[in-house]
Amino acid sequence: MDYALNFAAVWRSFDKLLQGLGLSLLLAVGAIAIGVAIGLVLGFALVSRHAAARRLARSYVTVIRNTPILVLVLFVYFALPDLGLQLEGVESFVLTLAVYSGAYLAEVFRAGLLSVPKGVREAGQAIGLTRWQINASIVGPLMLRNVLPSLGSTIISLFKDTSLAAVIAVPELTFEARKINIESFRVVETWIVASLLYVGTCTVLAALFRHVERRLAVPR
Amino acid sequence: MDFSFAQFLHELWIARVPLLQGVGITIASAALAIVAGTVLGVFVGLALTYGAAPLRLPMRGYTDFIRGTPVLVLVLASYYILGTAGIQLGPFQAGVLALAVFCSSHVGEIVRGALQAIHKGQIEAAKAIGLTFSQTFVSVLMPQAIRQILPTWVNTAAEMVKASTLLSIIGVGDLLLASQEVISRTFMNMPFYLFAGFLYFAINFGIERFGRFVERKTHIPS
Repeated sequence: MDYALNFAAVWRSFDKLLQGLGLSLLLAVGAIAIGVAIGLVLGFALVSRHAAARRLARSYVTVIRNTPILVLVLFVYFALPDLGLQLEGVESFVLTLAVYSGAYLAEVFRAGLLSVPKGVREAGQAIGLTRWQINASIVGPLMLRNVLPSLGSTIISLFKDTSLAAVIAVPELTFEARKINIESFRVVETWIVASLLYVGTCTVLAALFRHVERRLAVPR
Repeated sequence: MDFSFAQFLHELWIARVPLLQGVGITIASAALAIVAGTVLGVFVGLALTYGAAPLRLPMRGYTDFIRGTPVLVLVLASYYILGTAGIQLGPFQAGVLALAVFCSSHVGEIVRGALQAIHKGQIEAAKAIGLTFSQTFVSVLMPQAIRQILPTWVNTAAEMVKASTLLSIIGVGDLLLASQEVISRTFMNMPFYLFAGFLYFAINFGIERFGRFVERKTHIPS
């Protein structure tokens, strides 16, 4: 192998990669914010007393979780315009990732809700709180603390899924990396740097979640 | 949408052979990646749990690096980097290699988790009755670990089927690319994306059901 690594072309366009990473993060934050809302509603529905709500939420989760995200991305971007819903790349991708993350986060929240002891809810009832108050100020916070580890890993994996936005020409990190490749042919160097940017971001996110977890842990 | 259901069926019938081939390639690439990734992943898991530091630390680096990189980047990197390095692989081989590497890091973590959950006293007991490490592994550790690993492993299989769609981006004629080719000829976006989505759903739903079955079978009665 007589290939000499030369990172000059990558460093020249490094600001483009960083901009791409910024957009990747923005896509992830936007989608996950909506996804958490969807996930919370579905999570509560999955443990609801009403069979219809449970079944509806279960169908949503099953369908989304068993469909590849690339198919969802292409479907929203290329097929929904047939129904009159024409979205730009960024909006289209955020919508897709939000719908997708909602299903995964719903499972996370469901597991968290099941882990909250029943007695806590009964105690809330005993002091005369409404069901809404119990969920919002007792069960919800307890559930959030229980799910932090799995919430963290789900969010990191959703962040990695933003790379699929490159397929519909959203200029995030992977898209910028491919562009540099086309212009410079320095594929090895570009993919090394792009991967390291992803790995670095994931490591920072993981450390951040561990920090929050420690801060919120029950003191013993 | 200005076409009828009959038109869709007509186009579907015309495209039946490439679509079926696409399903075949999707299943073949996922299956190959799962087999290779599992074999590799068991070694990674063993190295992570019982390896000496010079083996364990590079393996930790390997799994952390792979798990921190999006699969799409792995697929693209495998396809383009190996070519530059002088290893000429077709898109199918490069794609399966990327999926297998991705799979191995996940299986490695699953195996490590299962092995670490086994009480240390059992290894000590095995040592006490004079078993070698390979004997301990085969007759003490593995039977217990497999029980834990199987349900999660089946989920990984479904993940691989979903990840195999990424091979369409480097030009592997899987189910997704076959559908896209039909779409670019007929402009029937909605029905053919729905159809492809439905087929993927059917495959993965089957795997998920199988996973539930395995989970019930391997469940330790309490």
